[in-house]
Amino acid sequence: MNTLMKQKKVDNKTSVKTDKKEIKHTKSEAAMDKNVFEVNNLNLWYGNDQALYEINMNVPQNKVTAIIGPSGCGKSTYLKTLNRMVEMVPIVKTSGSIKYNGEDIFSDKHSVEGLRTKVGMVFQKPNPFPKSIYDNIAYGPRIHGVKKKAVLDQIVEKSLRDAAIWDEVKDRLNENAFGLSGGQQQRICIARALAIEPDVILMDEPTSALDPISTLKVEELVQELKKKYSIIIVTHNMQQAARISDKTAFFLNGELIEFAETDKLFSNPSDKRTEDYISGRFG
Amino acid sequence: MATREHFSEELENLKADIRELAEDVKQALVIAIDALHNRDVEKAKQIIEDDHLIDEKEEVINEKVMILIAKQQPVATDLRRLIIAIKITNDLERMADHAKNISKATIHLGEDHPISIHPGIREMAEVAFDMVDTAQNAFMLEDISFAHKLSEMDDIIDEKYGKMIRELLELTANNPDQIQYLMQMAYSARYIERFADHITNIGEEIFFLVKGRTYDLNE
Repeated sequence: MNTLMKQKKVDNKTSVKTDKKEIKHTKSEAAMDKNVFEVNNLNLWYGNDQALYEINMNVPQNKVTAIIGPSGCGKSTYLKTLNRMVEMVPIVKTSGSIKYNGEDIFSDKHSVEGLRTKVGMVFQKPNPFPKSIYDNIAYGPRIHGVKKKAVLDQIVEKSLRDAAIWDEVKDRLNENAFGLSGGQQQRICIARALAIEPDVILMDEPTSALDPISTLKVEELVQELKKKYSIIIVTHNMQQAARISDKTAFFLNGELIEFAETDKLFSNPSDKRTEDYISGRFG
Repeated sequence: MATREHFSEELENLKADIRELAEDVKQALVIAIDALHNRDVEKAKQIIEDDHLIDEKEEVINEKVMILIAKQQPVATDLRRLIIAIKITNDLERMADHAKNISKATIHLGEDHPISIHPGIREMAEVAFDMVDTAQNAFMLEDISFAHKLSEMDDIIDEKYGKMIRELLELTANNPDQIQYLMQMAYSARYIERFADHITNIGEEIFFLVKGRTYDLNE
């Protein structure tokens, strides 16, 4: 009897262990598929003009999501909705829901500032502040109350390293950021966004003002950044979307036409309009 | 104005080039089969000599495809069009090699060999000619229904080939002195069978173009 019971206990232990393992496995899979944004039935109007129609799109975590589409298709509007920057236009109205890490971004419980701290943004034209390289990066952390020089030094170095520009500027941190090339300025802006430790980086055509080599540097950087951050990039350069993104969304006239794995979308899209657009046979 | 007119035009030109190559290859087989039947060693030699023209056309097409990929950066169907252009051209070049091989058999047999050409050769070749036409339609129209037909036609060739080989084996048993000639006959049948397999490959390539995934028509 005793032996039997012992045996049973052992069996139970084994089975519990197995279960734990399975749970762990499922958890890690879930983490891999986690969405940083869940957008449901999003509509957006500028006054009476509707700019986005019933957008349903989940943005995956730690991936690069590209948004492509012709001018005026709503891709930048969509991007700016994710950190509520679009609300800076006073006549904007929205309906539908956007959840960031499961929480409604429009809820009164959360501040816009809090959201924008977690969801940083890099713009089309490099827009460093007319300050030293160091102060550009330290600006955000200082606003958030970081005062100690040693901590700021650490943040500045880490951010510049993460933005793959540390080696180019480490000996001239006190020089004005305007003295840098366009490509370097853009990476400074990326470093500035990283300094406040965001989760998500929104990029609105970040390389459209850069030369091809600077563009490739930023593209390489994006590939590195996705290990730590989720990236959403609006680009007019379809080859860029094809090169750097994991998933691609095609917008047209305010509608999300197709959202698929980039490999699939550029090799065998499901929608004829996507095919026409990516193969340059539009209009 | 429609966008990428120039690129579309280049794609059409490429199509025309491939069609022309397919015609050349078909003609090579037509002449090779005639030469075999007519014991025309001179014509057979001509086929072998002219094969380099087909190789050169293949090179020109491959070069054009490479330039178009580099300059136009095609995606989706356009990219598949260019990928299959290379593959189809490669198949056509191999098909021409089989016409050349049949011509070599004609030369081996010589003008005074004692055997009659097995009727299966002509029958298989006729189906193969039809297959080239069908493949051309499939290619020009990008229509997979023609590609499916190719698979059926290839089955007919395989069946005729099997039957012919069995008959040739019997003949070798009863006429051991003719083995060297009968072997050349069997080789020729084999070359036509391989020729047809390449056309079936072309059918698969057109399937890939239209559907975006691979498909085995030989299954």
